Amino acid sequence: MVERLSPLEPVYRSGSHGRFEDGVGVILSETRPGSIVQVASWPGEEARAIAAIRKVTGLGLPDGAGGGVVDGEKAAFGFAPGKFTVVDETEGVAAALAKAITPTIGTVTDLSHGRTAIRIEGPEAEWVLAKFFAIDFALTAFPVGAARSTTHHDVFAQIQRTGGDRFDIYVFRSFARSFWKALGHAAEEVGFEVA
Amino acid sequence: MLLTCPYCGPRDVSEFTYQGDGNRQRPAPEAQDLQAWNEYVYDRHNPAGDHNEVWQHSGGCRSHIRVTRNTMTHSVSSAVPARGDVHHRATERRKPGAKA
Repeated sequence: MVERLSPLEPVYRSGSHGRFEDGVGVILSETRPGSIVQVASWPGEEARAIAAIRKVTGLGLPDGAGGGVVDGEKAAFGFAPGKFTVVDETEGVAAALAKAITPTIGTVTDLSHGRTAIRIEGPEAEWVLAKFFAIDFALTAFPVGAARSTTHHDVFAQIQRTGGDRFDIYVFRSFARSFWKALGHAAEEVGFEVA
Repeated sequence: MLLTCPYCGPRDVSEFTYQGDGNRQRPAPEAQDLQAWNEYVYDRHNPAGDHNEVWQHSGGCRSHIRVTRNTMTHSVSSAVPARGDVHHRATERRKPGAKA
């Protein structure tokens, strides 16, 4: 198996940063899931794609735009009509999904090496992200499990709320280091810790 | 200006790309009618009022949407999926506060 190198490595500094004397507002980390897979279903085949994702991963996707589900280190969410992202800490989920999702249902694209997963959690996570993205991060508008596709200065991001004050952000690997540094600058005012 | 994506909900216009006048009818590829091609390429209604437009949510779900926008007030009276056959419930926007 090819050893995966983190694009954040040169700038990843564990410890406390910024104005943390009054408490740590957010904790930033890279989750490094083994599998990040995109499933795209043909129009009308969404239900079969959702059923196949359930069969392979055990994750039951809810109905509705941007709906998603989190189970430990496994997660799945819709990010566009008929399109879903599936994440698992183990490798090889793309191959399993490709078996279950036949060409008549849709396509499976392995993005495990193409995306970087950044986790932000803590009492100020909503506050910090609200400075980045023009979407509503309130729990009522953005419930746990749900996901949103949006951009931060043309850096495309898929954001899933994986806890009350925890978000997982999937960005292109090539933009990840720049995005990580920007996120660190944004989190300085609330004090942040890199896990 | 805000556009309400049928999938993602209200988003800033900077997330969208304008794909042009939604009234255009492309002639069949083999059509020889030069007048029809001329109208397709050059003629625009340019109304002062409601205008049918095609936008893409390029900074979000990337779907194309049909928008009715008032060119004088920028008020958007309608935004629906451009694909007529996208009717799956996954395209319906979540209600605020809905359970995941």
